Amino acid sequence: MTKRTLLALLVVAALIAAALPALAQGDQVELRITWYNDGNEGEVLRDLLDRFEAENPGIRVVIDEVAYADLHTLLQAQVETGEAPDMARITFPNRFLGQYLDLSAYVADPQYWLDNIPEAVLGSMRQGAEDTGIYGYPTQFTVTGPFINVTLFEQAGVEIPADDSTWEEWVAAATAVAEELSDAEFTIYPVAIDRTGHRFWGPSLSRCATYINEDGTFTVDSPGFRSTAEMIIGWHNDGLMPPDVWGGSAGNYVPAAPYFINGQLVLYMSGSWQVGNFATNIGDAFDWKVIPNPRGDCGATGVPGGALMVAFAGTEHPEEVGKVMDYLFSEEVIAEFYARTLFLPGHLGLIEKGIEYPSNNEALNAFAAMIPNLMEEAYALQYHPKGPDLNAAIRDRLSQVIAGEFTLDEAIERIQADMDALFAQ
Amino acid sequence: MRTTRVSKRRGGKRKLVMAWIGRLLLKPFVVLATLADVVLGPLQKLLGMQRMGYFFVLPNLLVFGIFILLPMLLNFYYGFTAGDSILPENRQFVGLANLESLFSCQPTFLDPRSESFMNPSVCQQDRFWRAAGNTLTFVIFQVGVMVLLALVTALALNREVRGRGFFRSIFFYPVLLSPVVVALIWKWILQPEGVFNGILVGMGLERLPFLVEANWARLWVIVVSVWAQMGFHTLILLAGLQSIPHELYEAASMDGAGAWRSFRQITLPLLMPTMVVVLVLSLIRAVQVFDQVFVLTTGGPGTATLYMVQYIFQTAFDRQQFGLAAATSLVLAAVLFVLTLGQLRLGRTSEIA
Amino acid sequence: MADEKRGVVAFLTRKHGGRRIDLADVLTYLYLLAGVVVMFGPVVWLVMSSFKAQSNLFDFPPSFLPQKQDTVVMEGYEQPLPLYDITFADGTTRRLAQVRRVGLQVTMVDPAQPEAEPLELNIRELAGRREVKRVFFDLSNYSGGVQSFPFFTYLRNSVVITVVATLVTLLINSMAAYGLSKFHYRGRDTIFLIMISTLMVPISVILIPAFLVITKVGWNNSLWGVIIPGAATPTGVFLLRQYMLTIPDELLESARIDGATEWRIYWQIILPLTSPALAVLTIFSVMWRWNDFLWPLIVLNRSELFTLQVGLNAFQGALNVQWHYILAMTVLTLLPITVVFALLQRYITTGIATTGMK
Repeated sequence: MTKRTLLALLVVAALIAAALPALAQGDQVELRITWYNDGNEGEVLRDLLDRFEAENPGIRVVIDEVAYADLHTLLQAQVETGEAPDMARITFPNRFLGQYLDLSAYVADPQYWLDNIPEAVLGSMRQGAEDTGIYGYPTQFTVTGPFINVTLFEQAGVEIPADDSTWEEWVAAATAVAEELSDAEFTIYPVAIDRTGHRFWGPSLSRCATYINEDGTFTVDSPGFRSTAEMIIGWHNDGLMPPDVWGGSAGNYVPAAPYFINGQLVLYMSGSWQVGNFATNIGDAFDWKVIPNPRGDCGATGVPGGALMVAFAGTEHPEEVGKVMDYLFSEEVIAEFYARTLFLPGHLGLIEKGIEYPSNNEALNAFAAMIPNLMEEAYALQYHPKGPDLNAAIRDRLSQVIAGEFTLDEAIERIQADMDALFAQ
Repeated sequence: MRTTRVSKRRGGKRKLVMAWIGRLLLKPFVVLATLADVVLGPLQKLLGMQRMGYFFVLPNLLVFGIFILLPMLLNFYYGFTAGDSILPENRQFVGLANLESLFSCQPTFLDPRSESFMNPSVCQQDRFWRAAGNTLTFVIFQVGVMVLLALVTALALNREVRGRGFFRSIFFYPVLLSPVVVALIWKWILQPEGVFNGILVGMGLERLPFLVEANWARLWVIVVSVWAQMGFHTLILLAGLQSIPHELYEAASMDGAGAWRSFRQITLPLLMPTMVVVLVLSLIRAVQVFDQVFVLTTGGPGTATLYMVQYIFQTAFDRQQFGLAAATSLVLAAVLFVLTLGQLRLGRTSEIA
Repeated sequence: MADEKRGVVAFLTRKHGGRRIDLADVLTYLYLLAGVVVMFGPVVWLVMSSFKAQSNLFDFPPSFLPQKQDTVVMEGYEQPLPLYDITFADGTTRRLAQVRRVGLQVTMVDPAQPEAEPLELNIRELAGRREVKRVFFDLSNYSGGVQSFPFFTYLRNSVVITVVATLVTLLINSMAAYGLSKFHYRGRDTIFLIMISTLMVPISVILIPAFLVITKVGWNNSLWGVIIPGAATPTGVFLLRQYMLTIPDELLESARIDGATEWRIYWQIILPLTSPALAVLTIFSVMWRWNDFLWPLIVLNRSELFTLQVGLNAFQGALNVQWHYILAMTVLTLLPITVVFALLQRYITTGIATTGMK
């Protein structure tokens, strides 16, 4: 063999070696968390886990970040084929019922978990009433509610409406602000609501919509539903809302946050998770604040929500998973996590004590103050197994009305039919 | 004179280096191939010459069978099942229920006497019919506009222009970009604060709702996909044009034929076979349109740019109705199959003609 | 001088056979130049935007060159102060530096007169207040993007997948094409027909069952799971087979008479003669693999195995699209394929043109 042939063979060997996945693994137990990011929470988690790894040299925890839009589909494919990660952060616990690891046997003090996780959250991961397992913990609690751009109100010289104002009053004030300040180069929209049925629920419940029947199925049509739908459709018809949020899409969640961050939006219906986003991206460009959910005839409710960290039963290392979960949900660590991410706590002990946030205390406490006022029906919708489907149907069918493909009557009929088909299965 | 000689010599040297690098890179494969012959010689004795064909087809056939054909068969089975599990054994067999659901419309919307003629709102799966209608219009306009522009561009590039290689490359460049990147670029340009609206406002005009108003969105989806794919078809048409013998045109111009007549009587008929290839290829791609539009408009506004493959994708992924999605893909496959047959026939007649 | 000028014009307008340019030529050049703007302009715009600072990305109307607000360093102030062109109610304009802003009240100083008393102004009473901008290429989108996602890991995965997959594709496709074009055995035409009939089915439609198969094989979270399934592309087999059909059988016969094995004929005669078609398939394969998104997204769930396209997707969070990173990282993913194209463009464009239609 000539020298050149030898060299060539080496090249081939190198290529093959590069293509082969790394086989070498030490005695360390490696755990994987599938995670999505809204803000800095991935960084904070990594930081906390680094500390954990330093104390437990036998365990290594790897975070795999995926886009939120793909999260649940990818997880379903993995879970069903037995390839689930050890842990994951999810928002639709109903999709993987029966696949979670019961942590009762693996955490040091199960009673601490039962005492500090809200009953509705525990229940959302359980299969029926006789299931008493502990399957995960809330990485955050969220409440939907509106923000206003205070600086715009000041510049327009429009008085900010009182705390118990209705949607009509708020939107009228916001419209006055926008009309005063808008020009050809810089459009300011009075109002916007994220493209999701979840944001729609709150205003509609406040305006006396009802959804859940006694047998657990849905009835969509109600005066409250209609008046809220007509209001949001009206925002589009009158050009009050940026048209591309609900209009520019057919089948996914779209936030209107960029408009608010750019100072192009007076009133923005979103939720507590935006506080961290606004803190970093608005900075001191303008003043903004959280306002209470506008009042309707039946109340002034937001909708609860949140994300959960769950463990999957398929894991090969339940002991170590228990250890990691115990560490992450220990009062001290989870308190630091909530504080640094500017998330509302989902830990009952900490809800009582309150969290000392490094910034934006006022905004976050405004959301925390909404929690006691949340209507029962809001909890019921959020933790209803078919809640996500209702949410998607409202979102997509109302978008079709906004785009002129359906009348509101047809859309309501269609949502009802979609839901009936779902329950019939 | 002198300079050309120098550059020629330099080019020669570069060629030598390239060839040397090429040989070096190929060397390991040559060694492996020689080694393989040691094993394959006896194999051929065993099988006989003609049956060595099996050996050559085998690796590709295995990969194809396992990773393409088998999933397609599974998908076929999915089309007749329901449930939200992806494991075939956990799904219940429901026969034709999925297909029936796709085609159930109350009242029948294809009856021209009925008020709801061609109105997808009366169908149980209205999105399916909207997607079908959207796909049909998209295919007609996208293919029509693209083939026309590709032809014009190819004709322009076929003239004696300076910098032809440069122009050809520029027109081809977008073909290299991934559909996702193409969509991101255009989404950035068409956004409300984007450059087009900047120009409009700069000229004292109103902003336009490029991706927000249904017909604007439909238009831009076509423009973007023409932009992204035109270069490829231009090249193929250009090759077709260049294979037309020069003498024909010279003879025609001696007969006093003008540019238009020689285009109609020489260029078009002789370009027909190439045109058929281009049409077939672009039709297939147009029917399959997906990721580009998905990133650009995600099918909106409403369902204005919801196309077939996205409908299938979302039915499966966002709604977990794997059975319905699979049934839809079977319908799509059937339509594509008929289309291909038709095109093959068209291709054959044009070859004869 | 004049002579020379006339020479240049003559040179530029000279045509084959000494013909002068006519209207059709002018139109052709106009069309082609417009084409350059339309085809390449969007990419240039992307590159320019990627150098804009995050806070300037949504400036309206947008500027072509990336700009940022100009600042001035003044004695007595620790931070550089942002500059504004202030138009007063009486119509006069002055360039002032802003010290602070509280609500509608701004405090400004004149950089030309640092000793003068700072001005207290109310924004609503001014006729105009514009930021003074200067051209500035901000690299932070790139540095931040590369830091916030492991660019080089993803790059390595993309390169490994593209290179290995292309080699495997070339090998098995060319073997199959040879087996389907130059032999006579039972089932040959059936195999070919089945392969071709799947040409039309988009992969996105069979993602779920294909993923199921990958799991049964045990290839999820392995680069092989991305490399192998796409390698048996019917398009490649079709392209190569059609090309090989044009190679005369007599060539092979004479080699057989000389005692060459089929394998030797394959790699010593068939492969070299098919090289133009192989080159085209190489280009296609590199394009497909480099740009592939859905399949790697499903197969690869571990971040150390992500490809560039999958990594790019992760910037689209639940809350916010991080445009500044997306733009910069898109430019970086474009770079390799653009460089390769720029180097090989002549072979690529002529290669596709001559084989694509066979």
